[in-house]
Amino acid sequence: MRRSGLLLPLVLFGVLALVPGLRAAGVPLGGFWPLLLERVIVFAIAAMSLDLILGIGGLVSFGHAAPLAIGAYTVAILNEANVTEAALVVPCAMVAAGVFALLTGAVALRTRGINFIMITLAFAQMVFFAVSSLADYGGEDGYTLFSRTRVLGHDWLGANNFYVSALVVLFGVWLLLRMISLSRFGRALAACRQNRVRVRALGLDPFAIELVAMVIAAMICAVAGVLMANEAEFVSPAYGGWQRSGDLMVMVILGGIGSLHGAILGAFVVVLAEEGLGRLTQHWPLIYGPGLILAVLYLRGGLAGIGVRRG
Amino acid sequence: MILFVVQALNGFQLGMLLFLIAAGLTLVFGVMKFVNLAHGVQYMLGAYLGVTFAAHAGGFWPALVLASVVAGLAGLVLERLIFRHLYGRSELDQVLATFGVIITLNEIVRVIWGSSPLELAMPEGLSASFQLMEGLRYPVYRVALAGAGILVAVLLAFVVNRTRVGMLIRAGASNQEMVGALGVDIGGLFRLVFGVGAMLAGFAGVLAGPLVSVEPGMGENLLILAFVVIVIGGVGSIRGAFVAAVIVGLVDTLGRAMITDAAKALLSGPASARLGPAVASMLIYLVMAAVLAVRPTGLFPARA
Repeated sequence: MRRSGLLLPLVLFGVLALVPGLRAAGVPLGGFWPLLLERVIVFAIAAMSLDLILGIGGLVSFGHAAPLAIGAYTVAILNEANVTEAALVVPCAMVAAGVFALLTGAVALRTRGINFIMITLAFAQMVFFAVSSLADYGGEDGYTLFSRTRVLGHDWLGANNFYVSALVVLFGVWLLLRMISLSRFGRALAACRQNRVRVRALGLDPFAIELVAMVIAAMICAVAGVLMANEAEFVSPAYGGWQRSGDLMVMVILGGIGSLHGAILGAFVVVLAEEGLGRLTQHWPLIYGPGLILAVLYLRGGLAGIGVRRG
Repeated sequence: MILFVVQALNGFQLGMLLFLIAAGLTLVFGVMKFVNLAHGVQYMLGAYLGVTFAAHAGGFWPALVLASVVAGLAGLVLERLIFRHLYGRSELDQVLATFGVIITLNEIVRVIWGSSPLELAMPEGLSASFQLMEGLRYPVYRVALAGAGILVAVLLAFVVNRTRVGMLIRAGASNQEMVGALGVDIGGLFRLVFGVGAMLAGFAGVLAGPLVSVEPGMGENLLILAFVVIVIGGVGSIRGAFVAAVIVGLVDTLGRAMITDAAKALLSGPASARLGPAVASMLIYLVMAAVLAVRPTGLFPARA
């Protein structure tokens, strides 16, 4: 098990809560930074859900953009059908992503290691091409939403309220995943990462445990997809692109694998790198790419791992 | 019927292209257990170098040789600088670091050659088409490409199965430490495999150049297809890569042509036009899932 203090996650949530806090105190806060942090929060939800299977379960999924795209496209498809109520949209997105994870996970989990990586990548690519060919929803060009999703009739996902709502979801997801990871199921999942044979010897079924974890992760990630579609008021196949899957993995690793809250740090660094470096130079990948390589080679344990021992 | 023949030929030729990429990837993984996502970059590099050499070094044929060699050398440089630090690290680290390499090299290509797609002219001797059957002319170049793929496959099969180097490669794949303990320079052997793999991918890039638009990121779509090929064929197996490449090439190309028609015939109305392409693009992944459901290690696993 990893020792995970509560200090850093609470500091992170405190920092994220500064924006609405300052706004409530009457500081006129707008423009670049709050929007950037909105993106950080949404990506953090997706990355945190990946951390459940990647960090705790040790399953290297290179296809986590797929549930993200499924969530986002559920919003678009229901939007086209004039359904914008979150009480319908969110369950639909979660079920769709859950079923997808159940079917593809059942195939992918038959294999280990490199095969698992390549198969999850391939299935995500399948989603990418499938949504690219949805001509009714913009095909490769993407689809602009008519209106944002409403929550029980309230405008909670509107531009003014989005930040707080997303932050509440992130906090809820963090609590939920923390509870899962500390539960009997979470410990069994971590045990699958360490030694499947012993798990089986204990009378547990590693395949079932890992499959359930993949379904849970996909369902949470679909919520991030719903939020992402609302934040941009736009969905496109790029949501499910392989680079997006890669970015999510980078967030988890950079932030600190298996720590959950590390996903927030990782999302912050990656979003800031893309947006911040993108303002500096259009060739920002020339900094981001080598930085990533160096981080993998030298920064073990990620940002959240600095000062924390792993056992 | 004519359409079917044309699509089958195109599919086979796509399969050969995939084989050229998958061969290097599967050998590198077989010998060194190294996951190289950046293998598609070699393909892209080959195509770009092909464009440049064709313009400045006297046409397609010198470009084919030069670009393949330079792409291979570039692969060796990457191996020296980055990849060799990743041997023995977790697959996750390998995936992430090579992901970083893709991001970096795609951008370097963008800086050097620009973002807009380039074109590579067909070699003059092969730019004609010939009468394949009644009412069907087929480009000579595509046949030549398929021929080149078959030639490389035969050559690789011979080297791997019949020569001393091939014996060492196979031995290295089954037990690397033991081969090293017997006094074989396993590092050198691996650099050889890696260089040849990179060269083949570059070679494939130049060959594909006249048929596709040469642009940044062109390697990744093909790389993911090559992954599907390796997964279906069985990691580490040249024979598996060849068979699976042909299957994937045919299923993808024929599927796109036929499913759309089939959907039109079965479902009437606008739904068919929508469903057809979506299903067609998913077909190879469904084939992959089906193969894995029956044989989790692929059709021809390299070892028992």
